[in-house]
Amino acid sequence: MSNIFQQLINGLSLGSIYALMALGYTMVYGIIKLINFAHGEVYMIGAFLGYYFIQVHHLPFILALVLAMVISAFLGAVIEFLAYRPLRNSSRIAVLITAIGVSFLLQNVMIYFFGSNPRAFPQALTKKVFEFHGVQISSYQIVIIVTTVVLMLLLQFIVQKTKMGKAMRAVSVDADAARLMGINVDLTISFTFAIGSALAAAGGVLIGLYYNTINPMMGVTPGLKAFIAAVLGGIGIIPGAVIGGFSIGILETIVSALGFSLFKDAFVYAILILILLVKPSGLLGKNVKEKV
Amino acid sequence: MKKKLGLILACSGLLLLGACQKSSSSDSNTVKIGVNLELSGKVSAYGNAELEGIKLATKEINKNGGINGKKIQLVSKDNKSDTAEAASVATSLATKDKVTAIIGPATSGSTKSATPAVTRAKVPMVTPSATDDSVTLTTAGKVQDYVFRTTFQDSFQGIILANFATNKLNAKKVAIIGDNSSDYAKGLTKAFKKQYKGDIVEEVNFSSGDTDFQAILTKLKSKSFDVIYLPGYYNEAGLIIKQAREMGITQPILGADGFGDTELVKLAGTDNVNDVYYTANFSTNVDATKVSKDFVTSFKKEYNKEPSGFNALAYDSVYLIKQAIEDAKSTDPVKVKEALTKVKDFEGVTGTMSVDKEHNPKKAAVVIQLTKGVESGATVVNP
Repeated sequence: MSNIFQQLINGLSLGSIYALMALGYTMVYGIIKLINFAHGEVYMIGAFLGYYFIQVHHLPFILALVLAMVISAFLGAVIEFLAYRPLRNSSRIAVLITAIGVSFLLQNVMIYFFGSNPRAFPQALTKKVFEFHGVQISSYQIVIIVTTVVLMLLLQFIVQKTKMGKAMRAVSVDADAARLMGINVDLTISFTFAIGSALAAAGGVLIGLYYNTINPMMGVTPGLKAFIAAVLGGIGIIPGAVIGGFSIGILETIVSALGFSLFKDAFVYAILILILLVKPSGLLGKNVKEKV
Repeated sequence: MKKKLGLILACSGLLLLGACQKSSSSDSNTVKIGVNLELSGKVSAYGNAELEGIKLATKEINKNGGINGKKIQLVSKDNKSDTAEAASVATSLATKDKVTAIIGPATSGSTKSATPAVTRAKVPMVTPSATDDSVTLTTAGKVQDYVFRTTFQDSFQGIILANFATNKLNAKKVAIIGDNSSDYAKGLTKAFKKQYKGDIVEEVNFSSGDTDFQAILTKLKSKSFDVIYLPGYYNEAGLIIKQAREMGITQPILGADGFGDTELVKLAGTDNVNDVYYTANFSTNVDATKVSKDFVTSFKKEYNKEPSGFNALAYDSVYLIKQAIEDAKSTDPVKVKEALTKVKDFEGVTGTMSVDKEHNPKKAAVVIQLTKGVESGATVVNP
């Protein structure tokens, strides 16, 4: 029994990271119908920024986390400005291919400057392990889950209560109508990229701390899985991304625990295929008819 | 057009003449030994370390009168850590430079790709560090006539580790954390299971590139066992050690030479690397033979640092070839190859070795113990 709870905690910690990343995918898709495949690389760069602030400048963890998020937010907006904005009126496939290009570019730039070897992430917080009835939870896992929940509440507040959040919701429904209403659509899109990138960077820093290893290719697999999480929950739907992220994390842990760790990636991709076959709109999605 | 052709002919004639002169001048009082190593590219750290060992051995041999009175002339070429390049370097060393024997490449993949070239040219090749079992064997399981090595092969490490677990750690029950995605780890697991006589209570697997091992470790934790056998490379092993120790799994962890990198300790965190053991070819803390000590001293004098396993293996490769040339009383590559197959009780710095019928050295291995991330003990284990 305690084993099951232990695995649940493991799954929740992993799922938190997927959920943080899935939020970025979902928001960007929700607003401009783009699957931003460079998102995993923003997560990777966020991890490297966290590494840099802690290792080189010896900043406390929270400060390093916030700085990494701020710089990554800026990076996300820059990527949008340079790579996606010029293609705003192009076909969706053109933007998608550009996104893949940006993803490769960022990976290779990082490999060029930092090498492809994994490096150890500085252990900035003291690690304590708490035990209740045979179930262990480490202070790192608590930090990951708490940070994720706080960031999600913050996001919910921004989207629901602020003017910018209102603008984001308006643009996602109908960009042209929003423009007619005096909303600066380009600024709103940049803001969406910035927020998504900040969340991904937070995920990167947390995962660096949790697993103690970062490398320039670290964004690829989690990026894909977070994308699947977003699809699972219903792409474009914010609560869906959270549910999808936690589900994927827990499923992966269950598959490993049952002794099929080799198939855990295959299992996650199988879920993508299944969801696209059975309910393409995702768990929380409604089937909307195309308007004529 | 005709003019151009004439020019080409003249040039190639000159080249041929040059080549002839070169080989005729070297035959008399030097022995040419080729070096085919990864001096640049992604595993250049191995290649350059091996070149240091080779140069030191050559310098010593030449100072002490050479081989049968002939000085060694090294012909060193860079294969750029590229398997195709390794094959072409091997061809050019064997056919153009007409070397007596070749040392290298450092990795199994490059050694395998250089094999057809040396076999065709009938020049023996001694790799210091290719550990894959199939390096000295053809796909049909026959011995590759011209391929030898001074390091142990992967399956041999599995046997050593099984013996170590039983005899030194008194392990009655073992849990295996295997890597199902690399031939290296699969070979190690297979050899271990074949040799180990106790219980294997649990076997869990991961694949390379994984970072999350919480699920499999949680599963392992509830089982009762004495030792964890963890064949794999330092990247994943470091993280597994960290996650296991933090979870409160305190049993000794046993691995192979894939642990042998300082990055392992960095990834695991110094405080977590306790009761960790791994096989190595060489340790400066243990004198495998009486030449080991002299090697450490002269290496430190030459390069002002501690020698590594790669330094030592490459150093041994040169002396092994020297031994074969002396036994054969000839620098003819085919005769040297014959002599290599018959080497017995050769005293190298990595142990006293005899070449077995599959061209692997039969020698003892060193099992290194890590405590708080530093080497705290080294034991010689016989097969």
